[in-house]
Amino acid sequence: MKELDPLVFLSVFQEMLGPILLWLMILVIVAGTVAFVALLFKERTINSKRLVRAELAGLVGGGLALVLMANVSSSGFTDAGGPADWFLIALVFGLGLAGMAILVYTVMGWRSRPTA
Amino acid sequence: MYKDALATILDDSGKAAVSRRSFLMFGAAGAGSLLLGPGSAQAAAKIKSSARIVIAGAGAAGLAAASYLANRLEGAQIILIDARKEHFYQPGFTLVAAGIKQSSYVVSSTREYVPGGVELVEERVVEFDPEGNKVVTESGKPYAYDFLVVATGLKLDYDAIPGMDTEQIGNNGLGSIYHSPAKAEATWRAMSDFADKGGVGVFLRPGTEMKCAGAPLKYTFITDDHLRRRGNRGKAEIIYNANNKALFSVPIVHEKVRMLFDERGVKVNYERILESIDLGKKLAVFKTPIGPVELQYDFINVIPPMRAPDSVRNSPLRWQEGGWANDGWIEVDKHSLRHKRFDNVFAVGDVAGVPKGKTAASVKWQVPVAIDHLVATIEGKESTAHYNGYTSCPLITRLGQAMLIEFDYKDNLTPSFPGVIAPLEELWISWVMKTMALKPTYVSMLRGRA
Repeated sequence: MKELDPLVFLSVFQEMLGPILLWLMILVIVAGTVAFVALLFKERTINSKRLVRAELAGLVGGGLALVLMANVSSSGFTDAGGPADWFLIALVFGLGLAGMAILVYTVMGWRSRPTA
Repeated sequence: MYKDALATILDDSGKAAVSRRSFLMFGAAGAGSLLLGPGSAQAAAKIKSSARIVIAGAGAAGLAAASYLANRLEGAQIILIDARKEHFYQPGFTLVAAGIKQSSYVVSSTREYVPGGVELVEERVVEFDPEGNKVVTESGKPYAYDFLVVATGLKLDYDAIPGMDTEQIGNNGLGSIYHSPAKAEATWRAMSDFADKGGVGVFLRPGTEMKCAGAPLKYTFITDDHLRRRGNRGKAEIIYNANNKALFSVPIVHEKVRMLFDERGVKVNYERILESIDLGKKLAVFKTPIGPVELQYDFINVIPPMRAPDSVRNSPLRWQEGGWANDGWIEVDKHSLRHKRFDNVFAVGDVAGVPKGKTAASVKWQVPVAIDHLVATIEGKESTAHYNGYTSCPLITRLGQAMLIEFDYKDNLTPSFPGVIAPLEELWISWVMKTMALKPTYVSMLRGRA
């Protein structure tokens, strides 16, 4: 781990998740982001009611991310022993929160198109 | 324009770091090229050669060497020789013996990692003849070579402990995690039984060089934790027997482990080497400076002496004098992994007679260096690649925490994430790396991609 190389990261993630899950995840992230940005452009505003609901769902997403992490690592955030661990917990929770919030906001937005 | 730029980069392929950075500067086009395959710049600049290269041993080191050679050379005949059809992910053995993973977690097949263009011979090398530039397999078939990479791994010398019977691992308080995936799982059953009942737990390490010198310590910590989780730590005594005057060869790590053992109530004996064992009476006899000392145990984790395989030990490849001659480790330059007397021979992995780590992390950093020297020789050039002894050991200190210890020949700590992941701190993130990231990284290494 002396040098950080994007290829190594890609290869390691592919081994970790398997090629199907990896590309599926990348697809969801890319498609979700594109759909989100497209929605923003289309609506030209942020729907605050929808945002609050998406953020609430995001909290659940953050929790789920931590549970998933605990499962695959045979351990949990209760094992945290130092600042790096708190950072990791915040990162996992944050990614789960942001991912879920964006997805929920986007899905709700596109589904409620007729009323917009 | 893109083509011209690409050509410029490829010409520059000797300086991989620079060329990769240049690749990145091409934005989308560059990113596309990055996805083509591992080390694109390197792979594109394959060297034509008709060399015949034999790799003896298809474990972590042999497979990684085969992948690196296949990535670098075109037209070379690469022959990988190993009788074992199964591949073992050895860094996972501790997790199996800890009850965290099933034995299937560490077992796969050798064949699935053999790169295209490499011939796998499913036989064992029984004779090395570096003067005649050939090896001979069990069936008596000779394989001549221009270059030889020895990656046979080592021999677990259970026979050197009178009274030891590997068939009994898992029974009557006898554990031994190194033997095999099945025995690692059997060890877990024996240890779990001990954690239920308590008693005397005896831990040790051999007096020889060994693979992953952190593993005996890890298993002591893990057993302590299982006892605590079941509320039985008060009913148990844990005794760790070090072979010399240190718990770990890196002084600063020794001190940290000494403090942790003290804190957890692990009793430490120094200069004790397991001499014999009576499995029926559950009695271990240790060689000490004051004569043989007996220890009654309820659970013991036997780690046998480790030596080079007989075929290597009986060959001219081994060290001729010094501490490593007797156990047969191969006499290589510790920075290039090239044999000191036979220019066309390299040794990587456990069998290499170099100080420090015999770990997957050592393999990861040794193989690219050795292969770079080998390929440079084919090209008639000199390689500047240099192995500084880097190795790493995610030293589990309890379930859910580990210390990410990385060090080199000079006993320096060489943290990969300085200021973020402290090497001597018990952290969850280090455990997460061990359980989640290590195996994918290892498999990437076998495929020559990491």
